[in-house]
Amino acid sequence: MAALTDARGRTTAPGPGLASSWTTIARVIEHRALQYRRTFRASLFSSFGIPVLFLTAMGLGLGGYVDQNPDPSLAGLTYLQFLAPGLLAATVMQSGSFEAAFPILGGLQWNKIFHAMFATPIRALDIVLGNLAWIAIRLTMISIAFSIVVVAFGASRSPLIVVAIPAAVLTGLAFTAPIMAFTATQRTPDRFAAMFRFGITPLFLFSGTFYPIESLPGFLQPVAWISPLWHGVDLCRQLMLGTVDRDPVLAIVHVVVLGAITVAGVLAAARTFEARLVRG
Amino acid sequence: MSLDGATRPLIHARALTKRFAAFTAVDAVDFDVARGEAFGFLGPNGAGKTSTMRMIGCTSPISGGELRILDMDPRHDGPQIRARLGVVPQHDTLDNELTVRENLLIYGRYFGLTREECARRADDLLEFVQLADRGKDLVEPLSGGMKRRLTIARSLINEPDVMLLDEPTTGLDPQARHLVWDRLYRLKQRGVTLVLTTHYMDEAEQLCDRLVVMDKAKIVAEGSPQELIQRYSTKEVAEFRFAPGIQETLDGQFEGLAERVERLPDRVLLYADDGEDVVLAARDRGLHPETVLVRRSTLEDVFLRLTGRSLVE
Amino acid sequence: MTALRITPLFAFGSRRALRMIERNLLVYKHGWMVILSGFFEPLFYLLSIGFGLGRLVGDVAGPDGQPIPYALFVAPALLAASSMNGAITESTFNFFFKLNYDKTFASILTTPMSPADISLGELGWALIRGGLYAIGFLVVMIVFGLARSPLILLTLPGALLIGFAFAAVGMAATSFMRSWQDFDLIQLVILPMFLFSGTFFPLDSLPPAAQLLVQVTPLYHGVDLLRTLAVGVVGPSTLVHVAYLAIMGLAGLAIVSRRLDRLLLK
Repeated sequence: MAALTDARGRTTAPGPGLASSWTTIARVIEHRALQYRRTFRASLFSSFGIPVLFLTAMGLGLGGYVDQNPDPSLAGLTYLQFLAPGLLAATVMQSGSFEAAFPILGGLQWNKIFHAMFATPIRALDIVLGNLAWIAIRLTMISIAFSIVVVAFGASRSPLIVVAIPAAVLTGLAFTAPIMAFTATQRTPDRFAAMFRFGITPLFLFSGTFYPIESLPGFLQPVAWISPLWHGVDLCRQLMLGTVDRDPVLAIVHVVVLGAITVAGVLAAARTFEARLVRG
Repeated sequence: MSLDGATRPLIHARALTKRFAAFTAVDAVDFDVARGEAFGFLGPNGAGKTSTMRMIGCTSPISGGELRILDMDPRHDGPQIRARLGVVPQHDTLDNELTVRENLLIYGRYFGLTREECARRADDLLEFVQLADRGKDLVEPLSGGMKRRLTIARSLINEPDVMLLDEPTTGLDPQARHLVWDRLYRLKQRGVTLVLTTHYMDEAEQLCDRLVVMDKAKIVAEGSPQELIQRYSTKEVAEFRFAPGIQETLDGQFEGLAERVERLPDRVLLYADDGEDVVLAARDRGLHPETVLVRRSTLEDVFLRLTGRSLVE
Repeated sequence: MTALRITPLFAFGSRRALRMIERNLLVYKHGWMVILSGFFEPLFYLLSIGFGLGRLVGDVAGPDGQPIPYALFVAPALLAASSMNGAITESTFNFFFKLNYDKTFASILTTPMSPADISLGELGWALIRGGLYAIGFLVVMIVFGLARSPLILLTLPGALLIGFAFAAVGMAATSFMRSWQDFDLIQLVILPMFLFSGTFFPLDSLPPAAQLLVQVTPLYHGVDLLRTLAVGVVGPSTLVHVAYLAIMGLAGLAIVSRRLDRLLLK
C-alpha cells in the first residue's frame, strides 16, 4: 500500500476528493484556454485599446472641462484620477458579464462542449468553477493591462494600485457567477440584450463610475449603495488613490459584499448547471 | 409563345455548366424534363446534383451552356421563373424566429399573394402535411420529419408548376421518409412536375419516372429505373461475404460463375439472371462464404457498373 | 422589371422590398421587448452623462461658440451616436448572421424576391427602427426642457439620414467580411468615432491635426448636424453635413448593389 501513502503518511486513495476536483477544474480551464488562442489577437485591442481610448476621451478630453471649475465633490483630484479606478471596475464588470453570457450559452447550447465534459468524470460544480477560474484569469489580464495604461497616464497615486487588480477581478466575478447561473437556465440569447440594457448599462452609468454618487438625485443614492458595481468602483478608487486608510471598515464591507455575491452565485450556478446538464 | 408550348419540355438544358473558380461542379450536361413527370438526379455527394438544382432554381447563375425553364431564360427572368417554382432545399431553411403557420404566411407574401389568400392556403397546406395542430408553435422544437414536411408545405404555397426537391428525405427516420414519399406521390398524382435529387436508390425507384445518373459533374446514363437496370445490370445479384482475410486469398476463383463479378472491399457481387444457380455453382467449386444473399438488381448496381464505386460510401 | 438582377442602383429593388419589412414585423410580434428596450439605452446615457456628469462640467461652447448647458450639448450627439450604432449593428452583425448562419435569406431567394429587394427591405427596416428610437429620444429631450428651437424637430430626419448613411456603408462592408473575426475591425473604427467626434466634448480641445482627422469622419458630421439643429443655429455647414452623409449613403448603396448578387447568388 506504500504507493497510496504520501510522504506525510496521508493516504491519497483515488476518490471524489478535493484533489480530483482541482485536476478536473484544471482540465476545464485548459479547454477554454485552447479555444481562446484563436481570438487572442482581437482581445489585445479590447484589453489595451479600449481603456486608452476611454481614458483619453473622457479623462483628458472631457476632464479638461471638468478641471476648469473643479467641483468640491472631487476632493482636489483631477477628473482623470477620479475616473480611472471607476473605469477599471466598470470595464471588468462588462467583460465578466459578457464572458458569463454568450460563451457559456455557446458551451451549453450551440457546441455543447459542457455536455461533452459532463459525460466524463467532470462534475457540474467543476465545470462552473473551471469556467469561473478561466474568466478570473481573463479578468486579471484585462485589469493588469488597464493598470499599466493608468500608470502610463500618470493617474495612479498609490502603489496600492497593485491590490486594485484583485479587487477589480473580485468585482467582475460578483457579476460572472450569478450571470452564469442565469445563463444555464436559458436556451437562446434573447434575454441577454435586456439584461445588458436594463442591468449592466444602467449600473455602468449610475454607480459612481463617472461622478461621485453624491451628484445623483437624492432618491437614487441608496440605489447606488446596493449596486455591486458601486462597491467595486469605490474599493478600486480607495486602493488606486491610496485613501483606503481613511475608511478601512468601508473597504472591508465592499470586499464582503462582493465576496458574498460571488459565493452565492457559484452555489446557484452549480445547481442550474447540474439541472441543465442532466436534462441534456 | 409558340403553339407547341404544351409539348415543349418544362426544363431544357444543353451543355449546362457551373464553375466555381477553378472547380467545375457541373460539366456540360444535357437533359429535358417534361410536364407532369417525376425526374430524378441520382448520384453520390459531390456529383453536381445540388449545383444543377440551384441553377434550375435561378438562385445560382449558369456559367455556360443553355438553360430554359418554363420557356424562360433564368438570366433575365429569374423572378418570373421563381414565381412558378416550389423549392425544398437540401437543408431546411425555415425561419426559426416565426411560428409554423407564420412561416407559410410570410413566404406566400414573397410571392405577392394577398394575406387572405396566404391564410387560406396555409391552413390547407398544414392539413396536407399533417401539421395543422402545430400551427401556433415555433419551428425550433419540431422534429426533423416535421420540419421537412413544413418545408414541403412552404414550397407549395404558390401552387407551383414545378417542385425542386434536393435530397428530400436525407437524414429522416424510416417512418418519416415514408410519410414524405406518400405526400410527394399525391402531388405527382395531381400533375405537379417533380424534380428531385437523391443518393438513395430506393427513393429514386419509388418516386422517379425517369432519372439521370450523375458522377463527377457529368451525366453518365439516363432512363427509367427499370430501363437502367435492364441495360446496365442483370436480373439478380448474389452477394457473398467471407470471413476477414479470406476474400483476398480467392483470386481467380469466381471466373465463369456469373456474367459479371464485382469485388468490393467487404463482399463479392456476382451478377446473373438466376442468382440461385450461381450459389449452387460456387458451392460446387468449394467456396464457403459466411453469408449469402440473393436479391434483385437495383440502381445501386447500375451505379456500381457505371462508375466502379458504390453510391453511399 | 425583367432585368432586375443586373440593374444597378435606383431601379434597384421593387415593392417586394416591403415584404422584408413585413417579415421583420412578424418576428418582432414575438419580441417587441427587444425594440422597446433599444429606446432606453440612449435615455440612460442622457440622464447619467448629460445631467449627472453635466453638473461637474457646467456650460460648454455650442456650435456657434455661445456657451450652452452640457446636457443640451451632449443630447443631440447621443442621438447621432445611437443612430450610428443601431444602423451598424443591424447592417453588420445581424445582416452577416442572416446571410451565413440563419439561411433566412437563402430561402427567401427561392421566391421571386431578388437580392436587391432583400437588402433594400432590410435597410428600410433598420431605418424604421432607428426612426422609432429617434422619436422617443426627441420626446425625452423636449420633456427635459432641452428644446430651444422648433428646428429640433428636424433632428428626426437628420437621425434617419445618419442611420441610412451608416447602414448602407455597413452593408457594403459586410459584403467583404469572411468571418466573425473581421468584425473586430468594425469596432476598431466605431469606438474611436463614438468617443472623439465632438460627442462628449468640443472638438477644439483636440490638437489641430486630430481635429482635421475627425472632420473627415462621418460621425462628426452627424453629431454636428444634429447639434446645430437642436440648438437652432443652422448655417452653410449644415448643408455640408447633409451632403456628406447623403453621398456616403448612396456610395454605400452603389457598392452593395454591385456586390450583393455575388454574395447571395453563388
